[in-house]
Amino acid sequence: MKKRYGSIYTLPLGVWVTVFFVIPIAIVLVYAFLTKGAYGGVKLPFSLSAFEALFKNSFLIVSLRTLLIAFLSTLITILIALPVSYFLARTKNNTTLLLLVVIPFWVNFLIRIYAWIAILGSEGFINDILRNLGILAPGDSIQFLFNFWTVVIVHVYAFLPYAILPLFSTIEKFDFNLLEAARDLGATHTRSLWSVLLPNIKGGIVTAILFTFIPTLGSYAIPDLVGGTDTAMLGNLIAYNIKTANNWPLASSISLVLTLLTSIGLLVYFFMNRSHSPVALQEEIE
Amino acid sequence: MKGSEVRVEIESKWFGDFQALKNVEFTIKKGEFFSLLGPSGCGKTTLLRMIAGFEEPTKGAIYVDGENVVPLPPNKRPVNTVFQNYALFPHLSVYENVAFPLRLRKDDDKTIKEKVKKYLGMVHLLGHENKKPNQLSGGMKQRVAIARALISEPSVLLLDEPLSALDAKLRQSLLMDLDLLHDQVGITFIYVTHDQSEALSVSDRVAVMSEGRVLQIGSPFEIYEKPADAFVAKFIGETNLMTGWITKKDGDYYTIDSENIGLIQVTSDRHNWTIGQQVVHAIRPEKISITKEKPQDLPPDFNTLHGKVFESIYSGFQSKFYVDPDGPEHLQFKVYKQHENFLERGPDIKWQDEVYLNWDADDGYIVEAVAE
Repeated sequence: MKKRYGSIYTLPLGVWVTVFFVIPIAIVLVYAFLTKGAYGGVKLPFSLSAFEALFKNSFLIVSLRTLLIAFLSTLITILIALPVSYFLARTKNNTTLLLLVVIPFWVNFLIRIYAWIAILGSEGFINDILRNLGILAPGDSIQFLFNFWTVVIVHVYAFLPYAILPLFSTIEKFDFNLLEAARDLGATHTRSLWSVLLPNIKGGIVTAILFTFIPTLGSYAIPDLVGGTDTAMLGNLIAYNIKTANNWPLASSISLVLTLLTSIGLLVYFFMNRSHSPVALQEEIE
Repeated sequence: MKGSEVRVEIESKWFGDFQALKNVEFTIKKGEFFSLLGPSGCGKTTLLRMIAGFEEPTKGAIYVDGENVVPLPPNKRPVNTVFQNYALFPHLSVYENVAFPLRLRKDDDKTIKEKVKKYLGMVHLLGHENKKPNQLSGGMKQRVAIARALISEPSVLLLDEPLSALDAKLRQSLLMDLDLLHDQVGITFIYVTHDQSEALSVSDRVAVMSEGRVLQIGSPFEIYEKPADAFVAKFIGETNLMTGWITKKDGDYYTIDSENIGLIQVTSDRHNWTIGQQVVHAIRPEKISITKEKPQDLPPDFNTLHGKVFESIYSGFQSKFYVDPDGPEHLQFKVYKQHENFLERGPDIKWQDEVYLNWDADDGYIVEAVAE
């Protein structure tokens, strides 16, 4: 018998997952069941008070708002990313264009969000143009910032590259002959995209949705910087309970809710991709 | 006849500054099995894609039953295509692939079921309905593609090198199937291939193309026996091409003073050539008989050469000999000998043997004049 060393090779990964994933989650899990300390931190005894707070209206409103913002941002992002990546995949010399998609990554995330304040602010770029065109009187301005839609738009901006890249790599592998075949067999252009392109790039779409939806769910900086008082998301609620309200158990329980929501997304992902995996295919053949 | 007549009148097709087609004009008859044959890059696929609607001629028109189809998008043309790489939809089962055109037409489920069954039966694929394309062999994929292209009952079926990805045995049997299908459905088939044996074996007529032009259109017999020029003669089958000067004409024959090998007689029933003209003339390898003894009592219109076998290839049903005829320069004369029914000890002509070649002057012909 040959000795199997397979388990040894997985050791580094096991350590990595334990230290950076399992332990933090365990800490959060334990904190959520402890009592809040007076100046932050946690103390014994175990209690469920943090979870009682989750049933308050204010928390439910923030949760629903977070889901709504994440849903709308993801929807708009995908609607923009699909045609962009299709165009990229069908363009022959797309290196420069791809570089343009990636360039924002070279600038710090916070600075890029501040740039939106410079664009949308009352002394910002757009208001300047409107004043110069005479649409607005000098001294007047339109408040684009600090509302629900600003938060959505900046999320779309921030996560668009994460949606474009997986979509691009999937569409690039797509056999465009299939569209010709569909047209040849009687499909209109739109119908061929709908019935042949979309089902075959499903994996890329699901990845793009997750890459947008999950980070938006946990978003903190964007609503904090460009949102208003009525646009707080779960991330802001967690930060508030850690930094201001000194309620670490509540912050931990909200984190658990967030983790749960994210896990649901991941489960959907695995479910939808199951049919593409070699294992599933093997089963089908047998 | 259910098929359509297709008339091609293309003055030009340009891709940037490359001209893919030049003055291509011909008519494909209703229900004909028509092949476009030529080496890669000759424009045959471009022409097929134009008939399908994926390319537009720069100048020209394509008529299907008298109607110019150039302004019509591919989905509005009564023409379906079988693609070289099959182009089956990987996310759909065999059944749904074949049903695809009917679903687009919103046929009811009962009709779809009947028709899919009928067409899958025609390509011998009943029982594979639930498989996905990646579970099929190449030959099966191509048969699904054929069923899918036929199910909406087009009047013209375009086949773009449909067998080129398959191995030789499978190609032969699928080719037979295609021929039978053509007889069964009776529509016009336009078949693009670079393989002359495919084109010759199933086509009613063949158009030989090269560098964007049609060089010759004719039945396989005409293309093989009476090639229009040296390109066609060389491209279709094997041939021995020689150059020489016409020295005289008497009766049915020209006498040519052929370089290296001397006087050769060829038939004169093709074109009119003038005495003294420099011409290319040809003889097919299988029309030459090869013997070790000098043939006796040959009629006067036979050509005889003496030479030495410098390569012999035994390939089962025939042997190929490469013979260097006597003369100042080394020539490669191809001679194919069909084996007798009863072959006891292998071919009796061996490497380095001295041999005599002879052939009937009626089998040799002048292909084209050498450009001055």
